[in-house]
Amino acid sequence: MKKPSTSFKINQVLRSELINIPLNLCLYNPPSPVWHYDGGITLIQLEGISKRYKNGKLVTTAVDNVSLTINKGDIFGIIGHSGAGKSTLIRCVNLLERPTEGRVIVGGTDLTALKSGMLQDARKRIGMIFQHFNLLTTATVRANVAFPLELAKMPRAQIRNRVDELLKLVGLSEHGDKYPAQLSGGQKQRVGIARALANNPHVLLCDEATSALDPQTTSSILSLLLDINRQLGITILLITHEMNVIRSICNRVAVMDKGRVVETGDVLDVFLKPQMQVTKDFVAQVADTIDSGHFDNRPEGIVVRVHFIGEVTYEPILYEEVKKTSATFAILQGTVSRMKDTPYGQLVVELRGSAADTGSVLEGLRKRGLDVEVIG
Amino acid sequence: MRTLSAYQDFIDFFAEINWKEIWRGSEQTIQMLGFSMLFTVLLGLALGVLLFLTTRGQLLENKIVYTVLSYVINILRSVPFIILMISIIPLTKIIVGTSIGVKGAIPPLVIAAAPFFARLVETALREVDRGVIEAAQAMGASKWTIIWRVMLREARTGIIAAITITAVTLVSYTAMAGAIGAGGLGDLAIRYGYQRFRPDILVVTVGLLIVLVQLLQTLGDWLVRRLTRK
Repeated sequence: MKKPSTSFKINQVLRSELINIPLNLCLYNPPSPVWHYDGGITLIQLEGISKRYKNGKLVTTAVDNVSLTINKGDIFGIIGHSGAGKSTLIRCVNLLERPTEGRVIVGGTDLTALKSGMLQDARKRIGMIFQHFNLLTTATVRANVAFPLELAKMPRAQIRNRVDELLKLVGLSEHGDKYPAQLSGGQKQRVGIARALANNPHVLLCDEATSALDPQTTSSILSLLLDINRQLGITILLITHEMNVIRSICNRVAVMDKGRVVETGDVLDVFLKPQMQVTKDFVAQVADTIDSGHFDNRPEGIVVRVHFIGEVTYEPILYEEVKKTSATFAILQGTVSRMKDTPYGQLVVELRGSAADTGSVLEGLRKRGLDVEVIG
Repeated sequence: MRTLSAYQDFIDFFAEINWKEIWRGSEQTIQMLGFSMLFTVLLGLALGVLLFLTTRGQLLENKIVYTVLSYVINILRSVPFIILMISIIPLTKIIVGTSIGVKGAIPPLVIAAAPFFARLVETALREVDRGVIEAAQAMGASKWTIIWRVMLREARTGIIAAITITAVTLVSYTAMAGAIGAGGLGDLAIRYGYQRFRPDILVVTVGLLIVLVQLLQTLGDWLVRRLTRK
């Protein structure tokens, strides 16, 4: 299930950053009877989750035997078309939907085995934000953010301070006394985020959190989520149908199709080497996919695809290796970009020269850590 | 000169009215309305919430409870008020000890209005965004908290509108209750205005009822406007 990655481990970088940041730094931490988080790496474990709906004699399977592991500090994205079951799956994590089969383990606690009172306590440590924000329309911004704190029975004076802190965090200090109807979509989602973070959750579930927002607002919300992940050490599990969201902030991704997870791994791996057709379609949303058909039958040399990941992207490696031989090259197609914070490049290059020369160029590139594949 | 005589005619028309009687009738009407409204809201709100919660897909989904409740409400709503009032006289006697006067009118008024109000509450609750309830569940709110602090709160303008409609309906019911000895303005209108051919009393009592309804509706609308946040 967890695909070992030979490439750059963005995962580990993130995690090593987080080690230095104490969780819940200067934040209210209500006692939680069910949360015995053991400090291990795995935060959410979905084991064999299936959800079937019965409608008369017709049984629809929304989620079909999904197992996933989400690590502490991850921003884990689940991408899929509408109807792929991702919305049902994320609702299984806090049991808004109870799975027909399977277990949901969050922070070492099997939520599926909890009685309703205990489940309610566990949910206080799992924040959730929604596509349509789902704010109380009759309550001010402050009252909306205070609501989960009141549920956690925080003293009134502390609630005031905590709400101030949260509004500052999401940049809405000026708007505390407004009602949701007076706010823009992006501001409403910020209120949703402040509300979800109120009780210091270990996890933030994002249900299509940016799908109702315009591109500019989307990117501001995404960078807020990234900040929250880094500064507060909160693990994020999000679902989306936009590859852009995955590319901007996620480090791990699962691709869902017809209720199943068809592909999972580090975003860079999945993004650069998609295996399944659905995944390829999603990748095509944000990148020029390289159609190798154009490069067949070029008699002059061999066509290779070179993947750069990390800082090497900006090094003149290709030039240096080719210069060592008498071979030459032509760039047929290429992308140099960033995924989250990692630079990456993908070049399709035609190498011209003797078999010995091209062979030694390929070997040289591989030695310097590039991933090279001959495609024609 | 002519205007003056018209004015004089107007004054003369109301000259024989026993205003004390009118005042007492108004008092009785207000009492009947106040008490029956209080119990109608308490009972009807509970019924309406229960009706909504036991609907398919809601927090306390329960087909049997919903179906039974729904039938009882429909039956009570289909019986004409005057018939209902007479047919539950024994029950009224058990509850308040008498079947006449203001006291005797309250049980039938509540039994007639509560099912009506319950349906209105159910409709108001259906308007509450499902997503907001879901968000509260995700925050770990208990069912009670969701009912009190999310559903009823979000539906408050709808519920106030429902209370207004029910109060206005109750005004006309109190007038009908007057027909079987409940007292109040309706009683005056029927006994003096209609049966004793006293158009002056008929005009005054009906006029007062119109004013009462206008006041209730205006107050209700004002509250709804003030509490609307959309």
